[in-house]
Amino acid sequence: MTKTYIISALVEHKPGVLYKISNMFWRRGFNIESVAIGTAEQEDLARITITIEGDEKDAEQFVGHLEKLIDVLKATRLDPKKAVIRELALVKLKAKDAKMRSDIFHYVDVFRGRIVDVSPETATVEIVGSKDKIDAFISLTKSFGLVEVARTGETALIRGPESVRLDE
Amino acid sequence: MSGAKALVKALEREKVETIFGLPGGAIIPVYDALLDSNIRHVLVRHEQSAAHMADGYARASGKTGVCMATSGPGATNLVTGLVTGQLDSSPMVAITGQVSTPQIGLDAFQEADIISIASPATKYNHQPRSVEEIPPTVREAFFIASLGRPGPALIDLPKDVQVDTAEVEFSDKIRIRGIKPIPTPDNTQIGRVAEMLSEAEKPFILAGGGVIVANASHQLQNLAELLLAPVATSLMGKGVFPENHPLSMGMIGMHGSKEANQIIYDADVLLAIGCRFSDRTTGKLDEFCPAAKVIQIDIDSTEIGKNKCIDAAIVSDAAPALNMLNKALVKKLKHKKKTSWSKKIKEIKEISENKIENSGKELTPPKILRELRRLIPDKSIVTTEVGQNQMWASLYFKALRPRTFITSGGFGCMGYGFPAAIGAKAARPDLPVFDIAGDGSFIMTENSLATSVLEKIPVTVVILNNRMLGMVAQWQRLFFNRRYSAVQLGNVPDFVKLAESYGAQGIRVGSILEFSKAIKTSLKEEVTTVIDVPIDPEENVLPMVPVGYSLKEVIG
Repeated sequence: MTKTYIISALVEHKPGVLYKISNMFWRRGFNIESVAIGTAEQEDLARITITIEGDEKDAEQFVGHLEKLIDVLKATRLDPKKAVIRELALVKLKAKDAKMRSDIFHYVDVFRGRIVDVSPETATVEIVGSKDKIDAFISLTKSFGLVEVARTGETALIRGPESVRLDE
Repeated sequence: MSGAKALVKALEREKVETIFGLPGGAIIPVYDALLDSNIRHVLVRHEQSAAHMADGYARASGKTGVCMATSGPGATNLVTGLVTGQLDSSPMVAITGQVSTPQIGLDAFQEADIISIASPATKYNHQPRSVEEIPPTVREAFFIASLGRPGPALIDLPKDVQVDTAEVEFSDKIRIRGIKPIPTPDNTQIGRVAEMLSEAEKPFILAGGGVIVANASHQLQNLAELLLAPVATSLMGKGVFPENHPLSMGMIGMHGSKEANQIIYDADVLLAIGCRFSDRTTGKLDEFCPAAKVIQIDIDSTEIGKNKCIDAAIVSDAAPALNMLNKALVKKLKHKKKTSWSKKIKEIKEISENKIENSGKELTPPKILRELRRLIPDKSIVTTEVGQNQMWASLYFKALRPRTFITSGGFGCMGYGFPAAIGAKAARPDLPVFDIAGDGSFIMTENSLATSVLEKIPVTVVILNNRMLGMVAQWQRLFFNRRYSAVQLGNVPDFVKLAESYGAQGIRVGSILEFSKAIKTSLKEEVTTVIDVPIDPEENVLPMVPVGYSLKEVIG
């Protein structure tokens, strides 16, 4: 059965690593939904969160192939029920009159987002949450006129004391 | 010490004896440093051959093979050989020159981003940007190339780094944090698998190249004899189990032996070791041994269940896994009596061995290859090219020892056999080495004759010459209504004259008797020999299982 899997990997933070990892996705034909990467708890490490679409076997193979890369120190599949998962999206909407603005403000409020930029013609909203929440916000506000969307892709950590660290 | 000298010293520390390569502008400093080293450099005529030689060297000896080329086209010419080594899990280290660091990224003369190009084909690749980085890079490249499931590694060395000097330290320490521990057999799994095997009424073993890499042919033979289980191999596994053993079923797959392809369906437990269930091995996967319980032993966890669904797995190198299995089974099965399964295997083998070939032709591939086997010592190394010659060799040339049958399995790389034979001979000068070739494949790297002759690495090439790209022609004959498209090669070159023009010995034979004489001459004279054996261009490799069919649906 096809579903979404979230994989968290701790990788070397150095040039060329992202290329080698994404190269593997392509070579092995995995269906990647999003990739989020940034410096981890140690400066020389990066944490990369990848969401893939596929079945159980795909997820298993994906983790296996990640682990085979020597620049990948650890790779784990995260159980969505036991992980904090967030994505950040910036959504620029058309907001030409007071009515549109007030409607947008209303939605932003409901979604606990923030207005981060306003111009006479547009408003840019910051939304943080699960992928589904962001999808919902975008589909609701599309009617105002979607100018631009930038999303980070989901990033995630295991809840509680359990962790994916180098020293464990 | 200069970077070039540091590189050479680091290679010496890895006990490198031979490098196959071809110099160019961006690697001249390394070639200069090589002059002061005991490492032997074997000059090739095309870099692809250098990579295949390093690969052949590795497969014949189990040691890591080394090849070297300059930047740009030199480096990209190695790539075909690297992928060949990767797909057949051969430990190799490639060293390429690179343009000087300030020029990298500026599309300088002979610049290629070889790290990116070769990334999918290498287990490890690194471009040292300082002299100090060279020794650890070399250490890591060699360590990783032979670690676990072996494969190619690449070191890309910019020219200014070769020339720069610095104080360097040589250490055995590995800096890489991402190296995962080699998996060892899990006791519970061993117990479970031992039970499945001891309860099996009709056990069947399928051995792949992983058993050769693990040097576990002895353990394999013990297990097969304990279980009284027939053993078939994949193409890559050929040689791991003596093909003249009463339990040997030969090779399985698209061009596997009829008896192996047939009897595997009767098995109730299939034990696959170091074998990745490639499409050429299994035929239509859904119909491959649907009734058998499947056990898989592989060192690479991503191979477990990748292609074939399995019932039990041991993630491990084949040697410790088989040692533990043998230990667990020896008490239970020591006095295992022959069963109806043993009888059936004996019968099926007798039928196939007593089949007399009644083609009226004098020189057929089966006759030639059986004669070759009869004439050359058991320990001789045989390589093959790719195509009909390769499949005839796998069907009719019985391999008796591991590392004596070397072929491009996964990648099916034409032009492989001849340079691989030279590499194998460089590793094992004590053994006679033969390349079973087709004309189309041999032509691709025939210029290695220069290397074989001038470097005094004599091998014998047996060309099954049908003046055709024979395998493609066979498919066109069988599946495209004999519409031959772009397969006729014509009767050129004259291989005897070609050999002679390089200073090698060229012999054309017209009968089995002449063939035997030619082989005996080549065994006696230790000079590079090309034996041209004209065969009928209409000859098919049979039996054959068409693509997309199950192994039961065999033609011929």
